[in-house]
Amino acid sequence: MFSKILVPVDLAHLDTLRPALQNAADLARHHGASVCYVSVTGTVPGSVARTPDEYADKLQAFAEAEGKQHGQPVTSQCLSASDPVAALEDRILEAIGDNGADLVVMATHLPGHLDAIMPANGARVARDTASSVFLVRSRGD
Amino acid sequence: MSTDPEHDYASGQGSEGVPAPEGRANLINTDYVIGQDNYTTRKFGVNVDLHGKVFSISSISVVFFVLLTLALPDVAETVFETIRAFLTNTFDWFFLLAANVFVVLAVVLIFTPLGRVRLGGVKATPDFSYSGWFAMLFAAGMGIGLMFYGVAEPIGHFDTALQGTSIEADTRAGEDIPADAQRSDSAPLGGAYADEEAAARLGMAATIFHWGLHPWAIYAIVALALALFSFNKGLPLTIRSIFYPILGERVWGWPGHIVDILAVFATLFGLATSLGIGAQQAGAGLAYIFAGIPNNDVTLVLLITGITLFALGSVLLGVDKGVQRLSQLNMGLAGLLLLFVLAVGPTLFIATSFFENLWSYTKNVVPLSNPFGREDTKFMRGWTAFYWSWWISWSPFVGMFIARVSRGRTVREFLIAVLLVPTVISVLWMSTFGGTAIEQFVGQGITAVKDADQTELKLFIMLNELPLAAITSLIGITLVIVFFITSSDSGSLVIDAITAGGKVDAPKPQRIFWAIIEGAIAIALLLGGGLSALQAMAVSTGLPFALVLLIGCYAIIRGLMDEPRPK
Repeated sequence: MFSKILVPVDLAHLDTLRPALQNAADLARHHGASVCYVSVTGTVPGSVARTPDEYADKLQAFAEAEGKQHGQPVTSQCLSASDPVAALEDRILEAIGDNGADLVVMATHLPGHLDAIMPANGARVARDTASSVFLVRSRGD
Repeated sequence: MSTDPEHDYASGQGSEGVPAPEGRANLINTDYVIGQDNYTTRKFGVNVDLHGKVFSISSISVVFFVLLTLALPDVAETVFETIRAFLTNTFDWFFLLAANVFVVLAVVLIFTPLGRVRLGGVKATPDFSYSGWFAMLFAAGMGIGLMFYGVAEPIGHFDTALQGTSIEADTRAGEDIPADAQRSDSAPLGGAYADEEAAARLGMAATIFHWGLHPWAIYAIVALALALFSFNKGLPLTIRSIFYPILGERVWGWPGHIVDILAVFATLFGLATSLGIGAQQAGAGLAYIFAGIPNNDVTLVLLITGITLFALGSVLLGVDKGVQRLSQLNMGLAGLLLLFVLAVGPTLFIATSFFENLWSYTKNVVPLSNPFGREDTKFMRGWTAFYWSWWISWSPFVGMFIARVSRGRTVREFLIAVLLVPTVISVLWMSTFGGTAIEQFVGQGITAVKDADQTELKLFIMLNELPLAAITSLIGITLVIVFFITSSDSGSLVIDAITAGGKVDAPKPQRIFWAIIEGAIAIALLLGGGLSALQAMAVSTGLPFALVLLIGCYAIIRGLMDEPRPK
């Protein structure tokens, strides 16, 4: 049913992404889909990488390591933004179009009061894309 | 943290595994991982990611100083104002000398091969269009000042210059002045006693001097140093990174913490007190235009609350959609107001005086910026040294914001855009607004602007003499308010990045926290008294930051020397 799964990842918070990554891997195997791992990173040095290129290399290495585990073809895309927190949803939506993804699997937190003024990224993406979106709640939230 | 035992993605360590950045550039080889000293947690549904020491010490001392000022407003005012006056009067020569160093370095760099270095590496591309980039430079750094002083300062200097020089016994220029006598007038240089034409030229030159190359060079130096050490050298985007060439790894310890805490302090108090004082001015303007609006505390609190709410919306939308769009909107409005005044004001007078003012500035910039042996000490200390101290205390904030939006530009392009273009625009702005006010007095005998007591109303009084005053004054008020919003939102982003150890991807609630704190301090001090006291303290940080900037000059040269310079 799905042929291309887009998985937004933040290499700085892989621990909270595990359930989403596992689900993406399972779905990819089930549907025989390829997986594209996408990150939105700042142009200023951050905790994961000191340049966007360095981040892109780390993301590619991460994607390949994931691919080895689930056995499906993988790609990666690193998008840089001067204000990554604010630009996150727009960039993910762009990436969905660029990669022709028909399913997005992304981690999200439990709904809370703050969502009224700051909606969860996953909720925003689901609202604005025609592709299917699977929001995976993080454990221990 | 990492889920893959073979790869530690979340670590910047292991530099042999670090691939080259875009193009060739030289990352500084440090073991420091950005965010390693941060405190991260999730409490009450809110994530936080903060530099423990910088955040806690700056927050506690901010609260302490605000409470102290509220408890003893008169004492605080006396103490802080005395400190500020002492610094600008004692170190006037140092401020003037330092600012000259910044201008010379910035201008020289444009013409050297070092100007070819690209911020972010050889292949980096700009994050923002020219219009967005340029609008943000102005909106963060100077927009608000141009609104308030665009009329008041030229006419002020014109007035003092016209009255000539005086010493204790009001001796006019030209008479014998005792060698050791201090001048008691505030006229720039030798003044222009009873010569309206010369007074106008000198007044405009002095104004442009305070809003031209020197302030923008101050911003440019901080911004260039930060951009270079962040985008090209891979250090975090915080003020401490400027010190790396001197302190090395020690910048990650207490020397760096102190610099960053001081930057938070200067930015937060500078912004909050300006917001409070700005609200008073906007309130006075509103009351002047609309008879029905009372100029009282309720209006002011509503104004600050409104500005803070808009700033909150803008920081949540982020740099691209929030700050950039608001800045562009404001530049458009400011451009319209400028064109309007140009068209309905004394067009020919402004057009010819633009070039005359530029020439007068060129002619007078050397004597005006001379730090030693000046006779016009009151002007030099009360105006120039005060302004330099003020610009320098704002430079961590404006410089850091400019740095953040300037990736992908070459050093030459950067300096032309941050130094030369704003200077030309300042000349145009001052020639139009100040020139119109001066022409109203000289050509039409209107004394309303010149004699108005309230500085903040001079723009509106000038507009009042032109057609469609109700509409243009309303645009003026809107500009003032939106410029405050763009200062407040960019300031919140800067404070958030500094207190998050240089991270720009810290959780959004932290930005909200800082924007609210700014508004809250402004309201507390507005109601309790002490706005100008804390503003004096913020301006006092100009002295330590002048040293930071001088070190920044050294860091820029050192840093640029080993960057690739493509033809």
